[in-house]
Amino acid sequence: MQLQKVVEVKGLTASFDDKEVLSDVSFSANKGEVTVILGGSGSGKTTVLRHLLGLLTLHQGQISVLGKDIGTLTEDEQRDLYLKLGVFYQSGALLNSLTVGENVGLPLVQHSRIPRELIEEIVTMKLGLVNLEYAYHLYPSQLSGGMLKRAALARAIAMDPPLLFCDEPGAGLDPVSLESLDHLILNLKSLLGMSVVLVTHEVASIMRVADRVVFLEEGKTVFEGSLEKALKSEEPGVKAFFSVLKTQKDKNL
Amino acid sequence: MKRKKKEKPVQFISNDGKHSYRYEGNTLHLNGQLKLVESGRLARNVLRKLSALNPSSLTLNLDRLEDIDSSGVMALHFVKDKLSEKGTHVEVEGGSEEVRKKMELFGHKAIEKVTRPPHRSYPEVLGAQVQRFFLTYAYGFLLLAANVFYWSLADLFNTKSRRKGEFVNQAVLIGVNASLIVLFMSFVIGLVLAMHSSGQLRLFGANIFIVDLTVIAVMSQMGPLITAILVAGRSGSAIAAEIATMKVTAELDALKTMGLDPIRFVVVPKLYAALLTMPFLIIIANVSGIFGGGVAAYVYLDITPEIFINRMRDVMQGKDLLTAFVKSQVYASIIVLTGTFYGFRVAHSAEGVGKVTTIAVVVSISLVILADSILGLIFY
Repeated sequence: MQLQKVVEVKGLTASFDDKEVLSDVSFSANKGEVTVILGGSGSGKTTVLRHLLGLLTLHQGQISVLGKDIGTLTEDEQRDLYLKLGVFYQSGALLNSLTVGENVGLPLVQHSRIPRELIEEIVTMKLGLVNLEYAYHLYPSQLSGGMLKRAALARAIAMDPPLLFCDEPGAGLDPVSLESLDHLILNLKSLLGMSVVLVTHEVASIMRVADRVVFLEEGKTVFEGSLEKALKSEEPGVKAFFSVLKTQKDKNL
Repeated sequence: MKRKKKEKPVQFISNDGKHSYRYEGNTLHLNGQLKLVESGRLARNVLRKLSALNPSSLTLNLDRLEDIDSSGVMALHFVKDKLSEKGTHVEVEGGSEEVRKKMELFGHKAIEKVTRPPHRSYPEVLGAQVQRFFLTYAYGFLLLAANVFYWSLADLFNTKSRRKGEFVNQAVLIGVNASLIVLFMSFVIGLVLAMHSSGQLRLFGANIFIVDLTVIAVMSQMGPLITAILVAGRSGSAIAAEIATMKVTAELDALKTMGLDPIRFVVVPKLYAALLTMPFLIIIANVSGIFGGGVAAYVYLDITPEIFINRMRDVMQGKDLLTAFVKSQVYASIIVLTGTFYGFRVAHSAEGVGKVTTIAVVVSISLVILADSILGLIFY
């Protein structure tokens, strides 16, 4: 079966104030897979993600998301593309002036003609998927960190996007909550055929969800391939990263 | 005739690009995809048509449904519920395995709508507000004031763990940097005040009283008040924003766990700086305000500087200096305490910082004006 590419990056180079943060980054993500972009702090993961989302201007290289070339999109095309993307921000990024329910329902209210009553049901269902129905009328400031993350995920999947971007979903979550979040992402992947691009450095989470791994180091792609290959990789950076697992095993023995 | 029509297999076809509905023999066949756009149509238009027909039973046939998303599933349930309410017996049949799976995933596991907490009655809200005012604001403010004054006294005698260098720093920020704007604003106000009065005084031939008017107004009211308002706007907001930011980023907690009292470490140097520099700022304001009045008197009423200064000696009293000094200390305390109070009250979000800063400025200016009128009565 020919795998369809949902994200394709070729020769992406970016610099801030003459300092090159990405140099010639190339990788791709396949449809229906979870692609994990990983790397140490400062390796340029978030910059790559912001380029994929069109939040940073593309100066050099080529990026296509869902078959659309990011560099050449008009404003309308970009907006249409955004409707097909779900984005989960590290900090949650829920609007503070709206309740959780209103936050999740916002894209539905703005972009469809579904009656209010039905929107409320859809929102309740989406919140149910992340076990947060009871927070419908609460404001983001009244939620704990973990709850905020789940609410943010509910908003990201409000429109059933075919492609979901997650920026460090694990940051600040306990392992148990993280595991249930991972299961949720896997569920979405298998049932909705959702493709996921995940930026993270939680090894446990990578082991659970990743189909494909892209490893960045100092702004360069040093590894790209399946998780199995990554685990056997001899690339020093990748090896060091996954050796954490080994030490954990050694301790158990 | 009409009764018969109800029972007859009525037929309508609704088509919108990627999706179409065919209604035949009490069965609604759904074709194509049922996603966000189509669900909106299903829940609005198609539902309206179906309700108008009001069939006794209805089957939703999903055999030819190619793709469905969560909003589509919810829309199907929505139609089902709405028609069931009207007494129609609704069934869902067919559908590919994938569609079935999604129906289950986004299932209708008895979605319970969470009800909004009921609104409280007006007297209840009013009572809660009053209680909140006294318990949170009045009590909290007094507590903070006590705390700050305790530390400001303790800090004088206990030099060991005093924060080094911060007092001078704050004195420059709160006092020195404000001097130019205070100078300029007071000059303008003194000038305008005298200018407007000059016309009235000339009518009565009481030209010389322009000196009394300017000196008394500037010394006892305008100078201190203008200074306090400017300082509240410049430094009151800065204090509130700084402390609020420190609280949001957990810097205050960090200070505490390092064994440093945040009030002593952050607030006390600001209070000292404000208490020390305010009198000088007020002196600047008074001098330049009177100078402004003098300029206006010379231009509009031909009162030479010599006459102005001679008359000024008679008008000015030692009491005025005392008044100005007392006012400077009271205003400085109000500004620093209000900024600190609202800074500490910030909610844990970046949004809160802007909010408390605004409130701090509004409240400190109001309190300064209130204090001004009370002190005005006392020293009248």
